Amino acid sequence: MATRIVVSGLSKSFVMHLQGGVQLPVVQGVDFSVDAGECVVLGGPSGAGKSSILKMVYGNYGADGGQILVRDGERLVDVASADPRRIVRLRQTTIGYVSQFLRVVPRVSALDVVAEPLVARGIDRALARSRARELLARLNVPERLYTLPPATFSGGEQQRVNVARGFVTDHPVLLLDEPTASLDAANRAVVVDLIREKKKQGVAMLGIFHDEEVRAAVADRVVDVMAFRAAA
Amino acid sequence: MMDVDVNEAGLPRVVVSDPAAGFTPLSNSPPQGGRGPVGGLGEGGSETADLDGALSPLEGESGSGGEPPREGALGAVLDDDATLPTYSFAYLDEQTKRMIRRAILKGIAIPGYQVPFASREMPMPYGWGTGGVQVTAAVIGPDDVLKVIDQGADDTTNAVAIRGFFQKTAGVATTTRTGEATVIQTRHRIPERTLEAHQILVYQVPIPEPLRYLEPRETETRKLHGLEEYGLMHVKLYEDIARHGHIATTFAYPVKVEGRYIMDPSPTPKFDNPKMHRSKALQLFGAGREKRIYAVPPHTDVVSLDFEDHPFRIQSFSQPCALCAAEGVYLDEVILDDRGGRMFVCSDTDHCEERRAAGHRGALSGEAL
Amino acid sequence: MSAVAMLPDAETERPLLKVSRLSHYYGARLGCRDVSLDVYPGEVVAVVGESGSGKTTLLNCLAGRLTPTAGSVEFRMRDGRLRSLFGLTEAERRLLARTDWGFVHQNPAEGLRMTVSAGANVGERLMAIGDRHYGTIRATALDWLARVEIAADRIDDEPRSFSGGMRQRLQIARNLVTRPRLVFMDEPTGGLDVSVQARLLDLLRQLVADLGLAAVVVTHDLAVARLLSDRMLVMKDGTVIEHGLTDRVLDDPREPYTQLLVSSILQV
Repeated sequence: MATRIVVSGLSKSFVMHLQGGVQLPVVQGVDFSVDAGECVVLGGPSGAGKSSILKMVYGNYGADGGQILVRDGERLVDVASADPRRIVRLRQTTIGYVSQFLRVVPRVSALDVVAEPLVARGIDRALARSRARELLARLNVPERLYTLPPATFSGGEQQRVNVARGFVTDHPVLLLDEPTASLDAANRAVVVDLIREKKKQGVAMLGIFHDEEVRAAVADRVVDVMAFRAAA
Repeated sequence: MMDVDVNEAGLPRVVVSDPAAGFTPLSNSPPQGGRGPVGGLGEGGSETADLDGALSPLEGESGSGGEPPREGALGAVLDDDATLPTYSFAYLDEQTKRMIRRAILKGIAIPGYQVPFASREMPMPYGWGTGGVQVTAAVIGPDDVLKVIDQGADDTTNAVAIRGFFQKTAGVATTTRTGEATVIQTRHRIPERTLEAHQILVYQVPIPEPLRYLEPRETETRKLHGLEEYGLMHVKLYEDIARHGHIATTFAYPVKVEGRYIMDPSPTPKFDNPKMHRSKALQLFGAGREKRIYAVPPHTDVVSLDFEDHPFRIQSFSQPCALCAAEGVYLDEVILDDRGGRMFVCSDTDHCEERRAAGHRGALSGEAL
Repeated sequence: MSAVAMLPDAETERPLLKVSRLSHYYGARLGCRDVSLDVYPGEVVAVVGESGSGKTTLLNCLAGRLTPTAGSVEFRMRDGRLRSLFGLTEAERRLLARTDWGFVHQNPAEGLRMTVSAGANVGERLMAIGDRHYGTIRATALDWLARVEIAADRIDDEPRSFSGGMRQRLQIARNLVTRPRLVFMDEPTGGLDVSVQARLLDLLRQLVADLGLAAVVVTHDLAVARLLSDRMLVMKDGTVIEHGLTDRVLDDPREPYTQLLVSSILQV
């Protein structure tokens, strides 16, 4: 099976200039890979650096050292060193991301929030909306909410809109940052199903799940982030 | 062609044989008849009243021998004993006329381009045609025959005053007949009779800048002309159509001259715009307050701006002139009484008179006017 | 994995705007110094910084409104060739400004003709490039007013009677009607109510995406930068101190000043 992500020798620390330039090491020597059709889960306690690793793979955080190779069609892109425009393109074609919190776009309806990644990839707006509608229905988002901006939704509803937005595309790499954190059991089950479907489609997934049950249901491997703990 | 026509039109006829003669005597003492022209203007109709006082030397000369003007005759009009200084020919001193002629020549060389000039104080208020008067003064010669019209009429105050002014200061012959005139100064009309190559039409212009309506900055309008950025002009026409359903601009209707400069034809009715196109006569425009001169040389393209789906159209009148039955001419509405009675008559009084003299009769021509 | 060669990306895309080592001084006073930047077709670049940081000076140099003291600004013309902005004649530059470029001012009164109707404001660029059919000009104006959510029955009203948000939307329509390839925006949402801002931002996002516009947006509002831009530059004291992917600069800022800026955002 094709490898989609190879992370090697990755390190990261924060320099807090507002606190007198104190350096906060996060991780170092991070090595792992993710194959197509596989869901790899980053494990470890809070503060171990799971989220930082995930964000580095997405390009959201910069890396201090090492490589993050992501297969983009016939090419490999090193996210750790790629220029910003390359990362923008990579996000369009290859890497999807389901964040913990929805970054609300003012005035955009839930349906369009979900459809937007498809439209950005050149899919006809009507078709994108119908796919978004299907997914929202599956995640039990009441239809009356589709036309409303999600800013006023409950936490769980926002999370489901966010999940739908992340799962609606067919990105070959999907990063999952606690997609089930504030969901009830029924909706957690839907997300687990969605992840299984993605696996069948050969999507490589890297995720963080605090919920033991969900983790057990979806994880093919767990990478223990404690092993990459940087010395303070 | 331009040079030839300009020559024919009379510019070189104004020859200053001795430039010095123009100002030597004048620089020392004020002209004797200094208040004459102002008084003449104010009195309006009394155009011949004080001719003798101001112009007796010239009258005496041309009257006595009919010989060509001698040295100095075009510049300062001097008595033989050189002790009695009076006006320069046509009021302006020769240096000023030279400066204005330069501006005119530049204007002719760049059709439609507004040439700045050092406009002088004239013995009449701004708005009374100071620009046109300066242009006329710069191009008129002693052999010229001057006609002055205001709204097409020879007998309105402005026309009479300016005619009197030049009679007094240049001693030129005047006429009301369009066909007989060599220089015609006009406010707001172009004569109905087609002008010929030997004629010059001088327009009095209040606001020379056609873009002023939308762009108040002179620095910017000059740039727009320079770069031929004329989208703004159509904005004005667009606004007309949006507001009125048609291009409601009926006077000072903007034109493009020789495919280059956009020009304000002065507040003539748009009815007259087609007469400017390829006219055989030289057309000069003077704006005194705004200190601009521009020109349309003979045989120059003058095209009124429009939209494809709202083409330029001139006004049309549903009835002929009530006095001379002329059709296809510009008519003025005349109120006859306080009960709504009115009639439409030729705005061009000379045209109307000529037609009536030729026997044309309109519906109301029997009534006394 | 090794089967896939680590090839650099074929440089299929060429920058639309190329800025090299640009500096501008107002006499002895520094406006901006040594700024280099490429803007590619279809991308939105935000320039952020506090007032006086040089971002507006930079924008005015990029848009040819200010001649830089040093450095170059090149624009890719429709024939595919890069031409130095300041090598163009003024006529060429102005033609560019009303066809291929847009400039959205913070104060709409600077970018609009306040005394002519909304329709004429939108139609002016069309007429300026030679459109002489009233019917099509008006139809295009109506279409654009609808796109910026201005009711059709306001087409003959002067922008003087419009609210701030409407004026700004009208200014955007006026700029976009000739389908420019590059739009400069100077604090496009400055001075507007938050709800009006949100509407405008959403509109801008949509238009930029639909038309594939490239844009350089100057703003002091990091939320605006996050919503609109792909990349951002952070300016301080006339120089670019940090640049990169917008969300990386905002979420993982490196420079002390950027960290200060990000930590100063008010949370709602």
